[in-house]
Amino acid sequence: MGAAERSKLLDEILELGDEIFGSGVVDTIRECLQCGRCTGSCPSGRITALRTRKVFLMSLLDMRERLLSSDELWQCTTCYTCYERCPRKVKTTDIIRIIRNIAVREGYMADAHRRVAALVIKTGHAVPIDEATKEQRRKLGLDEVPPTTQRHEAALKELQEIVKKTGFDKLVGFDWAKMDIVT
Amino acid sequence: MKYAYFLGCITPNRYPGIEAATKKVLKAFGVEVVEMEGASCCPAPGVFGSFDLRTWLPIAARNLCIAEELGCDIITTCNGCYGSLQEANHLLKHDARLRERVNEILKSIGKEFQGTIEVKHVIEILYDEVGLEEIKKAVKKPLEGVNVAVHYGCHFLKPSEVRGHGSPETPTLLDELVEVTGAKSTEYKDKLMCCGAGGGVRARNLETALKFTMQKIENALNAGADCIVHPCAFCHLQFDRGQLEIKEKFGVEFSMPVLFYTQLLGLALGFDEKELGLDLQYVKMPEKLLK
Repeated sequence: MGAAERSKLLDEILELGDEIFGSGVVDTIRECLQCGRCTGSCPSGRITALRTRKVFLMSLLDMRERLLSSDELWQCTTCYTCYERCPRKVKTTDIIRIIRNIAVREGYMADAHRRVAALVIKTGHAVPIDEATKEQRRKLGLDEVPPTTQRHEAALKELQEIVKKTGFDKLVGFDWAKMDIVT
Repeated sequence: MKYAYFLGCITPNRYPGIEAATKKVLKAFGVEVVEMEGASCCPAPGVFGSFDLRTWLPIAARNLCIAEELGCDIITTCNGCYGSLQEANHLLKHDARLRERVNEILKSIGKEFQGTIEVKHVIEILYDEVGLEEIKKAVKKPLEGVNVAVHYGCHFLKPSEVRGHGSPETPTLLDELVEVTGAKSTEYKDKLMCCGAGGGVRARNLETALKFTMQKIENALNAGADCIVHPCAFCHLQFDRGQLEIKEKFGVEFSMPVLFYTQLLGLALGFDEKELGLDLQYVKMPEKLLK
């Protein structure tokens, strides 16, 4: 690929990737020579349309919209099997997370995921306590509500402050008046 | 030995038996744990890490700060928490520019990441610090005749360059810990395969996640396993609760007991199933494990 045709999506991947993981990590995507060991190792690929090497090829070919809007991008369980086995040491799982971050910014976030995000903003937990578990905790001799953000209002406020500072609330469409996502 | 116990979400909020068993087992070996008051979700590496790494990192850093204030290394009972907190700790310790950026955010809540602690897994504490010999000596009820399908869970072993448990293709530490209880670790097809829950797949594509889980359970059954033993609260939810969901979605019924390692060890140390919360799970424990 000549300089003039350089993938715009690749530039975005490198920019965010370098910020989070440091230089030389997501940059390994350029080492991919499509051998397919990632795809052959992928447990999700056995049962879904996810083809890991295709994710990297689409990135290099700048097939931006098609990749960012795809359901397959979200079929990876981040099991790191391909990451460990890649003969070119491509940091596959890091790259996939970065591409997903870009997809979320473009508005491609499932409502199920926005609901998980909302629970963390509301309670500090992706899976908050429920009545049945409170009863189980009591039976086990544990405090009914664990000593987390669920019991400490000030601690929850700290987490909410972080979320506001990074703009995560806006990213997932969280409405502070309703204390829930807007669907 | 004193550690800050990072509870996370699934352990305290869905499977408190894991929390109770872990506290009992560690106490039996003289390992002290303190609570991390005000901690939150780690947040989940494959889930929050997939949404927005710029938010994932400061929330994880805030949790790390709580342990730094306690002056204790962290122990976890979930591979997700382990992966998330260890990765965040690693990134922040090794990248000054990133640390500065995150500390700028933490400043507004009066916290600062210092990089003074380590993030460990309860399995590491039992294997490296308590040791197989001590555990063997403490076993009161050897679990003889019990065939165990060991499931490591992905983020316990990988990325191996950060975890440091050797090759993720040939791990043995959990097998050794299982066998020291008197049980047998059984080889089975795709032993190192993922449970299916991670990376936001469980929330977004439950059927995909359950298809992984079905494969794992079928493979364990075909190898004659009596139960699945693992080191991860999220895998625990996926395997135990997952069997109910598999029945509802696919009409396939399994009855494969699922134990977090400290629950299995707890039985061998002489605790009863109620003390370990095993009676509260979806799939009940067979007599063979409880005798």
